[in-house]
Amino acid sequence: MNGSTPIHVTSLLIASSLVFVTLFFSYWQKLKLEKETIISVVRAVIQLVAVGYVLNFVFGYKNPAFTTLLLLFMTFNASYNAAKRGRAIKRGLSISFLSIAVGTLVTLMILILSGIIRYEPYQIIPIGGMIISNSMVALGLCYKQMAADFKNKREEIETKLALGADILLSSKEIIRDSIKTGMLPTIDSAKTLGIVSLPGMMTGLILAGTSPMEAIKYQIMVTFMLLSTTAISSFISCYLSYRGFFNNRKQLINRPEN
Amino acid sequence: MSFLEFSHVSFTTEDQSILKNLSMRIESGDFLSIVGPSGSGKSTFLKLCCHLISPTDGTISFKGKNLNEFNPMELRKQIAYCFQTPYLFGDRVKENLEFPFTIRNLPFDPERAEEFFSLFQMSADYLNKEVKNLSGGEKQRIALIRSLLFNPEILLLDEVTSALDVANTKIVEQVIASLNKEGTTILWITHNPEQSRKHANKVLEIENGELRSLEAIR
Ligand SMILES: Nc1ncnc2c1ncn2[C@@H]1O[C@H](COP(=O)(O)OP(=O)(O)OP(=O)(O)O)[C@@H](O)[C@H]1O
Ligand SMILES: [Mg+2]
Repeated sequence: MNGSTPIHVTSLLIASSLVFVTLFFSYWQKLKLEKETIISVVRAVIQLVAVGYVLNFVFGYKNPAFTTLLLLFMTFNASYNAAKRGRAIKRGLSISFLSIAVGTLVTLMILILSGIIRYEPYQIIPIGGMIISNSMVALGLCYKQMAADFKNKREEIETKLALGADILLSSKEIIRDSIKTGMLPTIDSAKTLGIVSLPGMMTGLILAGTSPMEAIKYQIMVTFMLLSTTAISSFISCYLSYRGFFNNRKQLINRPEN
Repeated sequence: MSFLEFSHVSFTTEDQSILKNLSMRIESGDFLSIVGPSGSGKSTFLKLCCHLISPTDGTISFKGKNLNEFNPMELRKQIAYCFQTPYLFGDRVKENLEFPFTIRNLPFDPERAEEFFSLFQMSADYLNKEVKNLSGGEKQRIALIRSLLFNPEILLLDEVTSALDVANTKIVEQVIASLNKEGTTILWITHNPEQSRKHANKVLEIENGELRSLEAIR
């Protein structure tokens, strides 16, 4: 980027004294967080250095198949995490994988077709990462809401089933509420963009010397893409997972709590 | 071939045996009262009848066919269950009475709803009332109307008059008795000994998950 000032390692070392501020407070206030602070700082540094090397390597390795593989790997990890949050959800892993994959694919395709980004690792990987991790959080929320609703609203569902309704009609409100729960944080954060906080990505671009007017264009794109991806993946995952709460005789089943 | 037949039906959960080896027959047009102490398995019995749960052992058949062979949705339209604690959904009474029409892909017919309101001597104004403002007894009667709109063949009633005063209990009893005269089979759980014998032709006593007695009284 033009105009960016590289940070010297020595400057970073001096900045590390900021960690001591945390340690000091922890010690002084007896928060007993010294050990955890040190561990987390060390972990952060090691992980970031590793990621730096990996990305350096990946960005140099321009094979699109490799980029795709990496995206799939990220999607799998995210699905695994989302499924772990929603243990009450049957087939959580495959449902999560499908919904995150479709959400990501559609959004990336629109971005690529509109010419905003190209299928190059240095663009696809970070953008894909943002999209995938946002979907992961959304799915986790969807699952949590759905599991709670199916537990607390048994009466309502069984009343509708008893009247002769199909499982979809009996679960409609729950599905709707779960999708909403998954999407709300993304919508809320879009509402307060620039007022409450400058998002990390925009801050990064500005720090690296991009003009604010350029940086906001990127941020607008990111906002659009996060909205579309959470909508798509929440929608797919909720419509696929509600069935798991019924058996093939259209009876509500008792699922063990997670 | 009997109308509704239980043969060696048991219902067991992970930690509890709720109904044990129940065998019995119910004929078309029967009015069966179900009595028994609290927790004996009466509600579970009715939920089995409308296929909201399935027996863990034994079979239930309707018109000679195992319940498992029916389309569950069609079956529940013919065997209607009114819950012990009525649950009305949505904001207004109207949504509840529209639901049975929606399920059948029919437009809502307010006249039909009004007929039932008058049957229970309730004003048709209830249609637009808010669910949250209704009393327990009002909810119970509306839930009853919701189940009756499309004339089910079997009506399963789970203590539906428990929240009603004497006058309204009488009205409900009259409506149910006249439905029975027109051919609807009634299975009615009640804790009131007098009520259990007033209109019924059979009384089933369940105790501790077992069939204690099945008595023909008419
Ligand atoms: N889904 C379920 N899981 C576990 N236990 C259950 C379930 N449904 C009912 N039970 C238990 O089965 C027993 C019988 O319950 P049921 O509701 O059938 O009794 P009941 O005869 O209708 O009682 P009451 O007169 O109080 O309504 C109770 O001990 C209840 O706790
Ligand atoms: Mg009961």
